[in-house]
Amino acid sequence: MTKNTGRSAAAILATGLIIGMSSQAVADENAELIVEGEQLVTKVAAPEGHPLDELFSGWRFRSDETQALQTDDFENPAFAAVDYGAELWETGAGTSGKSCASCHGDASESMKGLRASMPKWHEGENTLMTLEDHINWSQKEHPGADPWKWESAEMLAMTAFLGLQSRGMPVNVKIDGPAEDWFNKGRELYYTRVGQLDMSCSNCHEDNYGNMIRADHLSQGQINGFPTYRLKWQGLGSTHRRFKGCMDNIRATPFKRGSDEFTSLELYLAWRGSGLSVETPAVRQ
Amino acid sequence: MTITRRQALAVTAGAAAFLTFAPRISFAATPDTDAAIKEFTGGATPTEGTVSLDTPEIAENGNTVPVGVTVDSPMTSDNYVESVLILADGNPNPAVATFHFSAMSGAAEAKTRIRLAKTQNVIAVAKMSDGSTFMDTKEVKVTIGGCGG
Amino acid sequence: MASPKPRVKVPKKAEKGEVITIKTLISHPMESGQRKDKKTGELIPRQIINKFTCEFDGQVVFSCDLDPAVSANPYLQFSAKVDNSGTFKFTWVDDNGSVYETEKKITVE
Repeated sequence: MTKNTGRSAAAILATGLIIGMSSQAVADENAELIVEGEQLVTKVAAPEGHPLDELFSGWRFRSDETQALQTDDFENPAFAAVDYGAELWETGAGTSGKSCASCHGDASESMKGLRASMPKWHEGENTLMTLEDHINWSQKEHPGADPWKWESAEMLAMTAFLGLQSRGMPVNVKIDGPAEDWFNKGRELYYTRVGQLDMSCSNCHEDNYGNMIRADHLSQGQINGFPTYRLKWQGLGSTHRRFKGCMDNIRATPFKRGSDEFTSLELYLAWRGSGLSVETPAVRQ
Repeated sequence: MTITRRQALAVTAGAAAFLTFAPRISFAATPDTDAAIKEFTGGATPTEGTVSLDTPEIAENGNTVPVGVTVDSPMTSDNYVESVLILADGNPNPAVATFHFSAMSGAAEAKTRIRLAKTQNVIAVAKMSDGSTFMDTKEVKVTIGGCGG
Repeated sequence: MASPKPRVKVPKKAEKGEVITIKTLISHPMESGQRKDKKTGELIPRQIINKFTCEFDGQVVFSCDLDPAVSANPYLQFSAKVDNSGTFKFTWVDDNGSVYETEKKITVE
């Protein structure tokens, strides 16, 4: 079989996957996300140069029950991890015994806005760094402290705790200067078809958001709520874990968490969600 | 265009995707569920009513399905709900949880989040302090075949 | 992994005879015993919270027996009628024998 017929087979399958609206429970389109009395921006006009006109948080694509879980910080099961993150913030690390708080004080002041600007160029390391990278970079400054694994309970707790300090702030990443190359690389990855199903991110999340792919209601693939508590995972997961899941679904070989590919894709996707509120820690299906 | 075997397989896979929208199931408890109900009630067949289940019609993911139960009872020291058994008829093991109330509960209501392996009936059986038993059943459709990575 | 962390939400104050709502959650994987290890193909042994109890000044208000079909990070919401100020005590029992506890005071006016 030639490569071309392989592609058409994949195309037939892909067409079979994406179907119109069915009888799925899809939440009220006009519902607004109010968390602990504060209204978050889940719908916003796209910035200039954006391929879409209007940006929607993934929250808007979820059922009433899933949406409700995010409106109350007690109902939201991610907050057990946030508590743990707050504890880690105060816990001494390495031989110095210094904690995050020893240097950075009150996280609600010192870390406010950080998540909204991630990933971000790091002058010292001369590279683009995610929130996870920044945390481990800081861990490294403590002799004897081990870096946390990307998807460890500690890392997820800390990214959730730090992300929460920016909740309600608009996503606003810098894509010019040294970040520009990463941004362009991220955009290229977004539109590149990969895997046995020969699909790109854009096939689902730009061309077909709002449609059903089998039993799933496709969103715009916004990342403003990560780390997110997913009902499927029964726990928190990172942005890169979600990227890996998408790549597994289209039967591609996923990039590694923390890879340059995923980091550049994260920058591009963060920009695609410019102006949406940080929702960390969000709840999704 | 000549359809190759691979293409035919791909089309079949696409068609199968549509069929995963399971048809409604009618209620007939499995033997395991029946046995669990009988053990809880001491052999009696519970009456419909008095207890009511609150479940979503469709669960976006079967791993975390909110379930609430309310029993109509004055909850006084001589007339209260002793316990409520929650069962999931289509799980490998139907047992989910048993709530035990007291007159100090004030109201016989509780909520939790449960795992449902597939579209199925959720059952609540309430046992009152006088030994009478009541039951409610709700079907929950569980979304399977999403992509969801 | 951190040890399971209980969270509870109880109103600080109530009126005499008021029926209040209590919410509880504990971080716990609720390993069902039916999942297989992806690498070895072997069943991961069951480890769940199997019992939850809420007491008020030593008297049981509400309790729950949990089976593996309760979701990870088990959430329980229930009611309590309070007639006087006192202390709620919450207890979770793990399959491995561990017991996790926390307390909350309430003032009745």
